[in-house]
Amino acid sequence: MRPPCDPSKFVADAVKNIPPSGIRRFFDLVSGLEDIISLGVGEPDFITPWHIREMCIHSLEKGQTSYTSNYGLPELREELTKTYYRRYGLNYDPSSEVLITTGVSEALDIAVRTVVNPGDEVIIVQPSYVAYVPSVVLAGGKPVIVSTHRDDEFSLTAEALKPAITNKTKAIILNFPNNPTGAIMTQEELEDIADLVVENDLFVISDEVYECLTYGSKHVPFSSLAGMKERTIMLNGFSKAYAMTGLRLGFAMASPEIIHSMMMIHQYSMLCAPITAQIGAIEALRNGKDEMERMVREYDRRRHFIVRGFNKIGLECCNPKGAFYAFPYIGNTGLSSSEFAERLLDEKKVVTIPGDVFGEAGEGFLRCAYAASIDDIRKALDRMGDFVDGLKQ
Amino acid sequence: MSNSFTFVPVTIMDKKVRHILEILENDARTTPEDIASFIDMSAEEVSQEIAKLEDTGVIRHYKTIVDWDLVGENYVYAVIELKVTLERNQGYQAIAERIYKFPEVRSVRLLSGNYDISLTVRGKSMKDVAFFVAEKIATLDQVQSTSTHFVLKTYKEDGVILHEPETIKKLPVSF
Repeated sequence: MRPPCDPSKFVADAVKNIPPSGIRRFFDLVSGLEDIISLGVGEPDFITPWHIREMCIHSLEKGQTSYTSNYGLPELREELTKTYYRRYGLNYDPSSEVLITTGVSEALDIAVRTVVNPGDEVIIVQPSYVAYVPSVVLAGGKPVIVSTHRDDEFSLTAEALKPAITNKTKAIILNFPNNPTGAIMTQEELEDIADLVVENDLFVISDEVYECLTYGSKHVPFSSLAGMKERTIMLNGFSKAYAMTGLRLGFAMASPEIIHSMMMIHQYSMLCAPITAQIGAIEALRNGKDEMERMVREYDRRRHFIVRGFNKIGLECCNPKGAFYAFPYIGNTGLSSSEFAERLLDEKKVVTIPGDVFGEAGEGFLRCAYAASIDDIRKALDRMGDFVDGLKQ
Repeated sequence: MSNSFTFVPVTIMDKKVRHILEILENDARTTPEDIASFIDMSAEEVSQEIAKLEDTGVIRHYKTIVDWDLVGENYVYAVIELKVTLERNQGYQAIAERIYKFPEVRSVRLLSGNYDISLTVRGKSMKDVAFFVAEKIATLDQVQSTSTHFVLKTYKEDGVILHEPETIKKLPVSF
């Protein structure tokens, strides 16, 4: 008989050290509950437009199931660079400055691994998407948190950023339009950040996956600012704009040197992104504008509806200018974000995400996705109104 | 409604008016209060805009799409293709007007291609429709020939799919 052993001892320290996700417990609470209304999703409630799905099906029927170039299908890279030129006048070379990845998640991981040496400090602006800190930790870097605040409509100010910069700072991860706050940044605000980037010789990883979802003002890619293209990896994908989350398709755009380095990791870890999704993405870029704009108009209506609704039931909520999240303030109810979200789920069966999941700066807020039907949003608001009234008594 | 409305190019319309039209086209029963909360206007402003849209004929009519199959009502639809000869001084408009005045006729369209005009006709039975075509349409002077196609099943009507959609399960929580 050989002795039993505890397999967990084989898990590497770096993995053991990944900060625990506050959401795990929430998953468990939700599973098994009936009649819940979820504002807890991070994906569109729309299904991928049919013309895109149809193109994927057609490609499978034709037998297009092979590997592609490590960089991704040339036609897709070509369409992407044309799209960026058309939208922003940005020039990226399709043959050397674009890498197609398996979702933005992969792009983020290899972007961080490409630029971060062990011990490098990486500034992460919070509240923000939950993957940034673990990505930096796994790459051996040290996350340094900079908070945004409601008074600034959650945009990043140079004053807030400056004190966090040390001689060990290598890069900043930006995420605008922002998940979970819905904040965007204007060109002027970004210029201030760009000045600091140059002054301190920093690099920027800009996660712009909500690029197409802005309301009222056009997105400004960080790399479109003077002198920023060489200092930026721009990350984006098809999940949010074209409702293609499960197809897992993202991309990175950067200088040839950076893209080549990212490809060095990508070729051995992912090899290439799934060809079916790449073919769907070509169709999305060629013919998906109308459907995408229709979805954005629909989000826009829900945005007005939910923001008005929150303010009506006494939860202060500023107007998010991008993404599909509202971020109401619940701090004056006397409950913490987690207590509020858990009791709301328990008592009213409404799923929301406590703001502190996205960093300490999110404490006092709730992330409520309005990528849900008006009927569901209406019901959720009614239930939340009852809940808030109950707290007052 | 008469055809005396002036053409209002939608491209120059206010974005909010476009929203109103899209919302109503999707669900004509949406209240002005609800529309107001979707586009950040007051309910009165929305009502005024809708009244304007009705007056200018941009909004022609409000209708309900009924799945009569579920009611079990006896009816038949037919698509009828017409070849017509035009008379001097009379365009297609004249013949279309003659035809669309019959209440049995649900739609009239001028087409390019092998046929000139396409109608949809609704009747209680195939015989009903056949007689209507034979007596009222085929006998018109301008009508050269008719070709009647009975509708066996409608899958989609005016953008609405007429069967229970399959619901897709998604994770209730994701980032």
